[in-house]
Amino acid sequence: MKYIVHKAYWDYEKEEQWLNEMSAKGMAFTDYSWCRYVFTDAPNSQYIYRIELLENLPTHPESIAYLRFLEENGVEYVASYMRWVYLRKPASEGPFDLYTDIDSKIKHYKRINYFWTFFMIMEFVAAFGNIAIGITNLFIGERLGNFSYGNLIIGSITLAFGLLFLALDIPIRRKIKKLRQEKAIHE
Amino acid sequence: MPESSERGALTEAVLYILLALYTPMHGYRIMQTVRELSYGRVDLGAGTLYGAINTLLEKKWIQPVAGELDSRKKEYEITNLGKSMVEIELARLKELLQTGKNIVEGNKL
Repeated sequence: MKYIVHKAYWDYEKEEQWLNEMSAKGMAFTDYSWCRYVFTDAPNSQYIYRIELLENLPTHPESIAYLRFLEENGVEYVASYMRWVYLRKPASEGPFDLYTDIDSKIKHYKRINYFWTFFMIMEFVAAFGNIAIGITNLFIGERLGNFSYGNLIIGSITLAFGLLFLALDIPIRRKIKKLRQEKAIHE
Repeated sequence: MPESSERGALTEAVLYILLALYTPMHGYRIMQTVRELSYGRVDLGAGTLYGAINTLLEKKWIQPVAGELDSRKKEYEITNLGKSMVEIELARLKELLQTGKNIVEGNKL
């Protein structure tokens, strides 16, 4: 039996937790497209799920080599979205973590940090451009045309997205900082 | 030895991977072997292992085994350079262990 759930997640770690909770209830996640999760019946807790941000798109040769390596190690590639991949491993084969030392954890979080920072900067540039044009035009009596409010609306929306990406990135930055502190005493 | 200037400690994961590769083996066997060698304490994640293998290949501390073409799984083995790195590390650990024991057990230094 197939189940389709529409849901939006911004935080990949919460998303991962949810997929594992679904798996515990006997719903094994099998496919993803934008905000659409497909599940099929499976014994309870058959799989452990992990989400990873790859360095390249899944179609890139380096990603293909990595995913093949994972497959050889019993890790199944389930689905992808942009550079994000959904992976799973049968729970019977023991714990499943992709990154087990501080260095490689930092490396993965840094990748996610750059990912959100990139989108945040794009949104902020668009927001300030639009707001600046809108306000300038208002101050000169809309001599450039009757479009100020359009700019201000677009500016506000992009600003909100910029702030959202910032909010997503802050916990990632904190985690990197914590791991770096940890690294000063532990491996 | 081109990298004799490297004096830093090896990570536990790297040292165990190098030790495992005294016998040529592929990725999955490395994970199992490291788990066995460390009595279950060191459980390498596949992502961590993949990164470490690539770094060690780049440094030429390990190399792919030239072998059967039809084998799908790549096997790796330690190089002579890798072995000398392990020896340096073991000497460092021996010194550390001795000094630590002397102080903790209150022996004369």
